[in-house]
Amino acid sequence: MTDLTRLTAARMAEGLAAGDFTSEALTQAHLDRIERLNPVLNAYLQVDTEGALATARAVDAARAAGESLPRLAGVPVAVKDIACTVGIPTTAGSRMLEGWVPPYDATIVTRLKEARMPILGKTNMDEFAMGSSTEHSAYGPTRNPWDLERIPGGSGGGSSAAVAAYLAPLAIGSDTGGSIRQPAAVTGTVGTKPTYGGVSRYGVIALASSLDQIGPCARTVADAALLHEVVAGHDPMDSTSIDAPVPPVLEASATRDLTGLRVGVVREISGEGFQAGVLARFEEAVEELKALGAEVVEVSCPHFRYAMAAYYLILPSEASSNLARYDAMRYGLRVGPDGVDSPSAEQVMGASRDAGFGDEVKRRIILGTYALSSGYYDAYYGQAQKVRTLIARDFEAAFSQADVLVSPTAPTTAFRIGDQTEDPMTMYLNDIATIPANLAGVPGLSLPVGVADEDGLPVGLQVLAPATEDQRLYAVAAALEERLHTAWGGPVLDRAPTVESQEVPA
Amino acid sequence: MSALSRDDVAHVAMLARIQLSEAELDRLAGQLDQIVGWVGQVNEVAAADVPPTSHPLPLTNVTRPDEVRPSLAVEQALAAAPMAQEQRFAVPRILDED
Repeated sequence: MTDLTRLTAARMAEGLAAGDFTSEALTQAHLDRIERLNPVLNAYLQVDTEGALATARAVDAARAAGESLPRLAGVPVAVKDIACTVGIPTTAGSRMLEGWVPPYDATIVTRLKEARMPILGKTNMDEFAMGSSTEHSAYGPTRNPWDLERIPGGSGGGSSAAVAAYLAPLAIGSDTGGSIRQPAAVTGTVGTKPTYGGVSRYGVIALASSLDQIGPCARTVADAALLHEVVAGHDPMDSTSIDAPVPPVLEASATRDLTGLRVGVVREISGEGFQAGVLARFEEAVEELKALGAEVVEVSCPHFRYAMAAYYLILPSEASSNLARYDAMRYGLRVGPDGVDSPSAEQVMGASRDAGFGDEVKRRIILGTYALSSGYYDAYYGQAQKVRTLIARDFEAAFSQADVLVSPTAPTTAFRIGDQTEDPMTMYLNDIATIPANLAGVPGLSLPVGVADEDGLPVGLQVLAPATEDQRLYAVAAALEERLHTAWGGPVLDRAPTVESQEVPA
Repeated sequence: MSALSRDDVAHVAMLARIQLSEAELDRLAGQLDQIVGWVGQVNEVAAADVPPTSHPLPLTNVTRPDEVRPSLAVEQALAAAPMAQEQRFAVPRILDED
């Protein structure tokens, strides 16, 4: 029998419906693989063996009884540890929430349960989603299955590594500045940040509320579309949720011809500062888009050069407010200061937040508190909000010339664990191409376009579309993916060395 | 230019209720000064007449009908409390003892 974990989610769903295998067998195959490889990869923080198998068996029984089931019923999924799950600890990668078991499910988790998808477990992430490498997790870094000495991207490196290493066919991610797309790029997988408001954030631990968006991680464009349709759609529990039909992303993922489509190459995020091998694969992919019938034009978004600075004011400002809830009073870590007999609530807060938060979280809370403080507000947070308007206007102008925009997803391939932890600002630059979309709320998708010549590591191409036009991402990505797979004779992940063949770093 | 001194960082950390150790202050102060200098480049943009964007969606207030709905039971709400007493969150003292 073939290795079930290697199938696409779409094929798994077909196989289950046809009775070729059971959900229990499929789920068990993933759990076995997790048990074997997770000690090396550290992609999962929690594995819910019993819960996943119980869902799988219930789906098998329902199918045997002739019940009509949702399309992905029985197909397992992993969930980033940022979404609340009843009965499964949810930590957001932080000591602050170690062992915390939420009293309610995030809406996206409810939707996965309604779709009857076994939840394999919770995936590792940078603490409170702050980072681009998953090295800022309080529970140790996740390793990239392509090279165990390298990062799997971040903050959603657990989800990207799990999908790339066949520890899950699908995973949920969250993207505040690139945390779905950049991990997808550096692991040779697909990831989508939907339009802001396209997927409910209810029950998702908040980082920066005007930027955060939940989305799918997968190995193929069609699989990402399948999961996108499960989790997307209006939720009255999230006041920023868009009350409109979900864009037809699954239908779009059958697109094979791009005749007449206008593709804009964004000058400011596709040249200087990008690794040679990344640019080479990107430029080839643009030629493939032309071969598919697209008309390629160059567009300029002059304010994108200020996007990073605006983002690193807006995100810390919102985060400093959101993370004020970790005050050691109602849940989370509570410790007293050393050498104080009867500490005050204020002293307990200060000690608990010092002990519970890691360096990157502290840096951003302090930066945000400073940017919002009296006397500095206008020069920092206020000015960043104006720059945000200019970036949105750049997008508007660009989308008047092009139906979609493209760029490399990340400036480099996966870097080595430890290489960028000393200098926070070097780390920030990994998201230079992905951040503008979050500031403007537009959707973006990353798909693999080959490996860089200099290091053999995967390269991602980012597609951006106007708000609520998420289906355009899938149309472009699906057509390009099909063409590349045909040329390569299979997906780029087929070129990854097996995890088992690699020496485990000390 | 030095935008943010070590004392500034200690003060802002106190406002954010993070009791940094001396070693942490040594480590974070230099990094934060550099980051604040870098994010300050937003002021290179002439934007006096540009309206600020606080949010990507043009939203007005979203409300729901004012109706009672089921909510967490007391045991659920208190399940993760560091300390609970008489169906309430128990917290450290707020005022000075004297």
